[in-house]
Amino acid sequence: MKVYSILRLALACLLLHTTIVLAEEAQPLEANQAIEVQVQRLSEELRCLVCQNQTLADSHADLALDLKREIREMATKGMSDKEIVDYLVERYGDFVRYRPPLKSSTVLLWVGPFGLLLAGGVGLFLQLRRRQTMTTDAPLSAEEARKVSELLDKES
Amino acid sequence: MRRFILPLVIFLVVAGFLFKGLNLDPREVPSPLVGKPAPQFSLPRLDNPETVFTPKEMLGKVWLFNVWASWCGACRDEHPLLVELAKTGFVPVYGMDYKDTREDAQQWLDQRGNPYVATAMDIDGQVGIDYGVYGVPETYVIDKKGTIAYKQIGPITEEVLRDKLIPLIKRLKAQ
Repeated sequence: MKVYSILRLALACLLLHTTIVLAEEAQPLEANQAIEVQVQRLSEELRCLVCQNQTLADSHADLALDLKREIREMATKGMSDKEIVDYLVERYGDFVRYRPPLKSSTVLLWVGPFGLLLAGGVGLFLQLRRRQTMTTDAPLSAEEARKVSELLDKES
Repeated sequence: MRRFILPLVIFLVVAGFLFKGLNLDPREVPSPLVGKPAPQFSLPRLDNPETVFTPKEMLGKVWLFNVWASWCGACRDEHPLLVELAKTGFVPVYGMDYKDTREDAQQWLDQRGNPYVATAMDIDGQVGIDYGVYGVPETYVIDKKGTIAYKQIGPITEEVLRDKLIPLIKRLKAQ
């Protein structure tokens, strides 16, 4: 038994060691920090078309890696965020952007939720007002008042 | 009874939208390139690396531009259709081998038949980016003026060929 646990410990150490070694072999950051920041910012704003629900930054799809390389090249040339996004939109359409622009085809997308909220609010307001008029104060009759005070007395 | 009508209407509208959504393919993203000139490029041909293929050669003709790769599973499904289409001589089919190697591509065509007049080799995928390729196979119909008239994302099926491509190509040829 004891031999096994020592072996297991040794194996764990070995595995741990390998991961540390791998971590040390990671690619160094590009020299220019500003470009890396720009690439990171953009790839978090852009959708990977292969895996659709991931940003370029999250995706390891082949195309995503290519596009990140492309973005890095454009950033190195000194292109602005807008120029780079426009370049990609020209090719892949607005779908690459996680924040779609406000256009006639996307108005419903942008305004819809607020419209629904407004409609819900108005509906609630009207409903509550109607309910208010429905329940008028009904004064108790003498008999009812007697019963109520009787019940209350019993309680205490 | 009347109090149920409004929720029922809302339910039906939402259900209608959801039902429609069931039949939509989220992978079919409308390409902004349709109606725009096909991006120019100049790539070495598969049959002869010394010569290049460029879309300029095709001005004045209606042609199909099929992006494929030997590693692509869905390309296997559509390939027999392309071979058949090429045999009829109805429309010239040109290919672009996307992110692939020469050897694999040649072997693939040798095994399955070669429907392409020429295949351009886009080994690093650069031209693919210009064409907005994100899932092979993709097929573009390009008209006589060099404008992209249609983009098919994913494999061409018999239905797509019969109902969309052939009528469209006939119309474009008559222009």
